[in-house]
Amino acid sequence: MAYSQKVLDHYNNPRNVGSLDKSDPNVGTGMVGAPECGDVMKLQVKVNPQTGIIEDAKFKTFGCGSAIASSSLATEMLKGKTVEEALAIKNTELVNELSLPPVKVHCSILAEDAIKAAIADYKRKQAAREAVVAQAQ
Amino acid sequence: MLKFPIYMDYHATTPMDPRVLDAMMPYFTEKFGNAASRNHSFGWEAEEAVEKARKQVADLIGATPKEIIFTSGATESNNLAIKGVAEMYAERGNHIITAATEHKATLDTCKRLEKHGYRVTYLPVQPTGLIDLDQLRQAITDKTILISIMYANNEIGVVQNIREIGRLAKEKGVLFHTDAVQAVGKIPVNVIQDNIDLLSLSGHKIYGPKGVGALYVRRKNPRVQLTAQMDGGGHERGMRSGTLNVPGIVGLGEACAICQKEMPEESARLRELRDRLKDRLLANLDEVYINGTMESRLPHNLNMSFAFVEGESLLMGINDVAVSSGSACTSATLEPSYVLKALGAGDDLAHSSIRFGLGRFTTEEEVDYVANKVIEVVKKLRELSPLYEMYKEGVDLSKVQWTTH
Repeated sequence: MAYSQKVLDHYNNPRNVGSLDKSDPNVGTGMVGAPECGDVMKLQVKVNPQTGIIEDAKFKTFGCGSAIASSSLATEMLKGKTVEEALAIKNTELVNELSLPPVKVHCSILAEDAIKAAIADYKRKQAAREAVVAQAQ
Repeated sequence: MLKFPIYMDYHATTPMDPRVLDAMMPYFTEKFGNAASRNHSFGWEAEEAVEKARKQVADLIGATPKEIIFTSGATESNNLAIKGVAEMYAERGNHIITAATEHKATLDTCKRLEKHGYRVTYLPVQPTGLIDLDQLRQAITDKTILISIMYANNEIGVVQNIREIGRLAKEKGVLFHTDAVQAVGKIPVNVIQDNIDLLSLSGHKIYGPKGVGALYVRRKNPRVQLTAQMDGGGHERGMRSGTLNVPGIVGLGEACAICQKEMPEESARLRELRDRLKDRLLANLDEVYINGTMESRLPHNLNMSFAFVEGESLLMGINDVAVSSGSACTSATLEPSYVLKALGAGDDLAHSSIRFGLGRFTTEEEVDYVANKVIEVVKKLRELSPLYEMYKEGVDLSKVQWTTH
C-alpha cells in the first residue's frame, strides 16, 4: 500500500509524542482501541481552566502508520482550541488532511474517539473538583 | 555493497536462478515444439526435455518419473490432489482430515468439498505449530479417505512430523497428501521414507519460474487414482489435460536439480544466517517472541513478534527491506494471520509479527543490516507505544478494560 506524503511525514516525525501527568486535574486522558484489534491510542490534553483553551496535547499510539499519523495530527489540531471547539473535530478532517484510503478510515475514527475520551475525562475531573469545592463551601 | 531494497521474503517467492533461466531460454524460441506432437522432431525434442525435467523433479523427492504430474503450480496441485481423491474415492468414504494452519489452497478446497457433502476435520495445532499425532489418530474414522497436512508452514516454517503422519495414514489405509511447497528443495524430502501418497510442489519457491508446479501421485503401494479436474486432451496420464508448459517444466526440472546438488551446503549457510538474525534481535530487544518451535523448522525461516509494536508500522519503518507481517493492517481482510491465531498466542502478538524468509541470494551483510534496522525501528516505535509504557509501569495488559471497536 502506498502512503500519502503527509502520513509518511507524521510517521517519520511524529508531533507531540509523550505523556502528561494523568493525576493533574487539568489533564484529560483518553485511551481507545484494543491490542487485539491492532490499534490503541492514548491522547492527552492539558487545559487552562481559566480560558478553557487546550495548551498542550500529547499522544502515544500502538497501530499502523495511518493510526500514528491520525493521532499525531490530532494533537496538532487540538493545541490552541477551546474544549468545545475540540469536540467539534470530525474524523473526516483527518481523512482529508492525510488522504487516508477507505481501509484506513477507522484510524481517523479512533483518533476522534480519543479526542472525545480525553475531553470527557477532563470534564469529569473538573466536575469532581467543583463538587469538592462546593461541598467545602 | 548492499543493494536496496533488500529481499527477505523468500517464502512468498524467489528470484529465478540464472542457471534456470539459461536452461529455459531455448524452449521459448528454437525448441518451441509441442511435447504431444508425436510425428516430428520438434515434438520429440520438447518431449525429451519434459522427460528429463520429470526425472529431475522425481529425483529430488525420491519418486519415479512416471509419478510426476506437471501442473500450473501448487494451488492447482493441491486442488487436483484433494478434489481428485475426494471424487475418485467417494464410494469409500467422505471424510477428509487437514489442519487449521494449512495454506488457503488446501483450506478453501476443503471448504468447497464440504458444500458438496464431504466432512472435513480441521485439526488444531499445538503452541509449537505442530499437530498432535494422537488427535490425528482419533480423528480418523472408517469414512476417512484422505489426510492432507502440509510439510512445512509458509508463515512460521514449522516442519510437521510427516514421516509419522504418513506411517499412521498407511496403517489406517488412508491416503496422505502433503503440500510440500516450502519444504521441497530446502530440506530432504523423500516420498518413500515419509510414506507420502501425494505431494504438491511449486517452481517459483525453489528459484524456478512462476506458473509451473507438480503433483507427485504414487503408483505403487498403493496405486493412487485421481479424477481429473479439467477435461481435454488427456495429458499427464489423463490426470491433467492441457498442452505442457515446456519452458516452465524445463525450468522446474533444472531448479530441482540445482536444489538437490546444493541443498546440504545451502541449508547450512542459511541456518547460520537465520540464527545470526535471531540471536541479534533477541540480544538487543526485550519482549520478543518466536512464533512456532525452533526445534522442527525450515532453516531459512524466522517468524517473530515484537510485542507492543504493530506490524504494519514496523514494516513502514523498515521500508527498504521486503518482509511480510501477520498484522491485520497488511492483509486485505483486516484479519490478523490465522496461522498465528491458531498457535493460541493471542491476536495482539499476531498483529506484531514479522516473517523473515532468507534465501539463496541472502548475504551476511544483508542480515546484519536488517537486524540493526529492525532493532532501531522497534525501539523508536516502542517510544510511541502506550502499551510499552504501560508494560514498563507494570500494568498487566491482559487485565485492562479495552474499548474494542
